[in-house]
Amino acid sequence: MIVAALFFYLFAGICVASAFMVIAAKNPVHSVLYLILAFVNAAGLFVLLGAEFLAMILIVVYVGAVAVLFLFVVMMLDVDFAELKQGVLQYLPIGMLIGGIFLAELLLVVGAWAIGPGVPQAIAAPIAAKTSNIEVIGLVLYTRYAYFFEAAGIILLVAMIGAIVLTLQHRVRVKRQNIAEQVARSPAMSMEIVKVRTGQGLGSNT
Amino acid sequence: MTVGLGHYLSVAAILFTLGIFGIFLNRKNVIIILMSIELILLAVNINLVAFSAHIGDIVGQVYALLVLTVAAAEAAIGLAILVVFYRNRGSIGVEDINLMKG
Repeated sequence: MIVAALFFYLFAGICVASAFMVIAAKNPVHSVLYLILAFVNAAGLFVLLGAEFLAMILIVVYVGAVAVLFLFVVMMLDVDFAELKQGVLQYLPIGMLIGGIFLAELLLVVGAWAIGPGVPQAIAAPIAAKTSNIEVIGLVLYTRYAYFFEAAGIILLVAMIGAIVLTLQHRVRVKRQNIAEQVARSPAMSMEIVKVRTGQGLGSNT
Repeated sequence: MTVGLGHYLSVAAILFTLGIFGIFLNRKNVIIILMSIELILLAVNINLVAFSAHIGDIVGQVYALLVLTVAAAEAAIGLAILVVFYRNRGSIGVEDINLMKG
């Protein structure tokens, strides 16, 4: 039990510290790397909570895909980030004020929290004792929440097509193969029969 | 020393606040703002999973999975828009995004 508590404080501490460095780092590449660290530690917190599947998904999806996407974009854009960093301190007081108020409210909620009496009877899909986490999720996700699952798939498809359409650029000088035009070609469009007179050649006839 | 639901909720609250604070602090850099949004969604996910584990209901984890999906789609679309905007204007400053004069 003491080991679990120790690991909780380790993961939570590193997670919060790296989340702070995400917004405080001068170099955006460092920000992305701290974001990766925060996500890995959040995955550790998920493992402590018994949600192993979500922890692995968090590492695969976020560290493997989203954070690398961020890294690509940060490195691809030739932007002077030092210039973007100017005037940060201008927004510090209002940010501190709103953030402080918000954190105080959230912590007050956490301090005075209690679970309602009707909740234990209203559990939709209880976690069975002897089954693994991924098995429980699969049993629920593909049956009762199948429509939500497919909606998530459609969202990903739309996002993929949208990202491709947004960033695709047609270059002007590149010759492309137009298959429809090739198939629709008829002999009348491409051939011409001419009578060649002796000694005159093609020049005067065409 | 025992770690309960309140500890996890506190971590999530701190992460959420850091995300909001990041949006205020880096108002000129769109990339940092997108990362702050990712932090906020991560805090929401920690809340969902913590309640799911505490109550013993798997639906919270299913919901966290859907939130994860939407967050990934949002990051992809946001970065694509960012790349297109940079190609057109040569800058990603928030104060330069004024084409629509809104």
